[in-house]
Amino acid sequence: MLMQTDTQKDTDLSPVLELDGVTKTFPGVKALDGVTLRLYPGQVTALVGENGAGKSTVVKIMTGIYQPDGGDIRVDGEAIRFPTAQDAARAGITAIHQETVLFDELSVAENIFLGHAPRTRLGLIDWATMNAKATEILRGIGAEIDPHHKLHDLGIANKHLVAIARALSIDARVVIMDEPTAALSHKEIEELYELVEKLKAQGKAILFISHKFDEIFRIADRYTVFRDGQFVGDGSIAEVEESDLVKMMVGRDVAQIFPTRTSQIGDEVLQVVGYEHPTEFADIGFTLRQGEILGFYGLVGAGRSEFMQSLFGITKPSKGVVKIDGQVRVIRSPADAVENGIVYVPEDRGKQGAITALPIFQNVTLPSLKRTSKNGFIRLAEEFALAREYTQRLDLRAASLDTHVGNLSGGNQQKVVIAKWLATQPKVIILDEPTKGIDIGSKAAVHEFMAELAAQGLAVIMVSSEIPEVLGMSDRVIVMREGRMVTEVSGDDLTPETLVRHAAGI
Amino acid sequence: MLRLLASREALLLGAIAVLLALIATRFPAFVAPSNLAGVFNDTAPLILLAIGQMIVILTKCIDLSVAANLALTGMVVAMINVAAPGVPVVVILAVAIGLGTLLGMVNGILVWKLDIPPIVVTLGTMTIFRGIIFLLSEGSWVNSHEMSPAFKAFPRAEILGQPVLSWIAVLAVILFAVVMTRTSLGRAFYAVGGNPHAATYTGIDVGKTQFWAFTISGALAGLTGYLWVSRYAVAYVDIASGFELDVVAACVIGGISIAGGIGTVGGALLGAIFLGVIKNALPVVNISPFWQLAISGSAIIIAVAVNARASRSKGRIILKTAEHAA
Repeated sequence: MLMQTDTQKDTDLSPVLELDGVTKTFPGVKALDGVTLRLYPGQVTALVGENGAGKSTVVKIMTGIYQPDGGDIRVDGEAIRFPTAQDAARAGITAIHQETVLFDELSVAENIFLGHAPRTRLGLIDWATMNAKATEILRGIGAEIDPHHKLHDLGIANKHLVAIARALSIDARVVIMDEPTAALSHKEIEELYELVEKLKAQGKAILFISHKFDEIFRIADRYTVFRDGQFVGDGSIAEVEESDLVKMMVGRDVAQIFPTRTSQIGDEVLQVVGYEHPTEFADIGFTLRQGEILGFYGLVGAGRSEFMQSLFGITKPSKGVVKIDGQVRVIRSPADAVENGIVYVPEDRGKQGAITALPIFQNVTLPSLKRTSKNGFIRLAEEFALAREYTQRLDLRAASLDTHVGNLSGGNQQKVVIAKWLATQPKVIILDEPTKGIDIGSKAAVHEFMAELAAQGLAVIMVSSEIPEVLGMSDRVIVMREGRMVTEVSGDDLTPETLVRHAAGI
Repeated sequence: MLRLLASREALLLGAIAVLLALIATRFPAFVAPSNLAGVFNDTAPLILLAIGQMIVILTKCIDLSVAANLALTGMVVAMINVAAPGVPVVVILAVAIGLGTLLGMVNGILVWKLDIPPIVVTLGTMTIFRGIIFLLSEGSWVNSHEMSPAFKAFPRAEILGQPVLSWIAVLAVILFAVVMTRTSLGRAFYAVGGNPHAATYTGIDVGKTQFWAFTISGALAGLTGYLWVSRYAVAYVDIASGFELDVVAACVIGGISIAGGIGTVGGALLGAIFLGVIKNALPVVNISPFWQLAISGSAIIIAVAVNARASRSKGRIILKTAEHAA
């Protein structure tokens, strides 16, 4: 009898949590299109997919942050809804996020029990019970942390353990770990694996989201692959090869349409030799020609943006030489970079792009004021002319150039930022994730525009985490992993498989 | 938005007119042109300091040391005058502006290079400057009879019927209106306060721009230091004590956003005049000092509330039909 139940458990285990045909649409984007995901008790399921495959959206649906537009969520086979995050927590579903949301100034115990602290009969927080319970939970996951310590006294790995303890404090049945190893050192990762084993042994169902194939094959029992918001396949890890997973991730039925590139590749404009930073990147060297688009591919956190910021003079490299038009140049500040014809359109446009309290024309001319000034005074007529020229080139629609940028829509704000940079007449333009978070129509417009810039002889560096975009736009691609330049790919080698392999280090 | 700013200033101008009309019902002589010119002359130091403060606030900083800078510079030039009565006023002016600039640079360097929050830096230097006055003067006063006639006469000398003090305020308003709207430094002040990250990516050094703001504020405080001690013909440790708060108040009333990035020289001018009118009018219409403070305080809160409403009322332009209406 006992034997029989055991065999049954191994063969047809029923899922704790099951998503069936779940759909979620945002304005302009179908983030999830009828996806299926099953999590089994005592098993680790790895969720695999590129950026934009819908992994984060599915996590938010499972934890009650988003509501699905269609499809079913079932817990123990019964359909359920999670109108709020509390409802998901009550059903025993908990997520540990990439950047853990904790409070530095509170104690470990407070962090674990914030929102559901044990109370005394008078309704006050029962500190004794809370600290005792916190100790118990921490012990359970093998963490020797004093619950009285303030969180800011802990290192990143211990903070992670506190986040996990918090997740377990609500008696979780399903634990979602979203790229839990991204910020951890090698040793800390090993400890995390042990912890995952412990949770498995306690019968928790674990969803493990990761870009790293080695760890997926190390700890996962099952896999599920998403691509472009759709379910591609799932199964047992033991029955799949790495190359199969890569194919499932990148294989595409509908090819996005990219503009035909008509650039004449011209002279070499930029040469970077041996660029290094003490903590962020090392060994970066490449050349860039007029009319070329050079893609920078890598996983999030591979050090691409950090390198670009250094090339633009925001952070100082410890080593390395930059040559522009064959001449060695020292770039100590963004002002130097702009002076030397390098401009950078950063990823976070809200924070780093436009100055919303200034009118359009002043935003556009901000880095070019020297050209519109005479004897130190700005000549308004010339300033307006310059602003008009570049906003018209980008087909920026606004009543007048006096309009404050804060009153423009997001797309138009982006045009203001790009007009600003083109007005400096740069040689090299760095576009960091130029289409992140925008809809497909606007993406196509940005791609057209990028091709046009290159056709006009500008050298373009494009940092992107989207494989179709990297492949569709770039002449050559540099792949970075963990702060290092892994390879440079061009021509026939430019395939999704090569990029993913190098980026993930397979 | 230029129109919105213009209307914000028009609103303040309207408020000043209403205030004057109310005062006129009880004390008609107050609105006589000669008296109004006198009020402007009284307000000139506040205008000068408010212009400097406005630039500092634009860059997301604050300068609490302006009044102490004024007092220290004033004491130094007064002591120079006592020690060497023959030193011409031009030299005195140069020393005042130079010393004020230097003191402003100290604030600027601490904010720029050491990254200390501006409120802490200037709270510290405010106390230090007052302390230095005490050390220099050993607590004693420099009185009217010790100052040379030329030293005292400069701010009162009349050009076209108005005292030099008033003309200096007028010139400063014009000069800085041009600097703020027509030079790249002026533009940088707005950019740094409006969006420091974006300013950095545009090639503007945020810290250095803030340094220049403090330097300008210091220079104006130094200039005002001489004008103050010569006009009132006295210098001691506590002159203009607490005046920095009036200066900040003038800026806030004038529509300069404490969050940085928004404000004009015209706004600072009108804010200062508004406070100047209240301070000069309330005593003549027999309102107790307590009410004077309460009215000044209310004016500040009302001004901030009005400005907050003005910036909230308009939405973003996303509809195509709205593009040309804006």
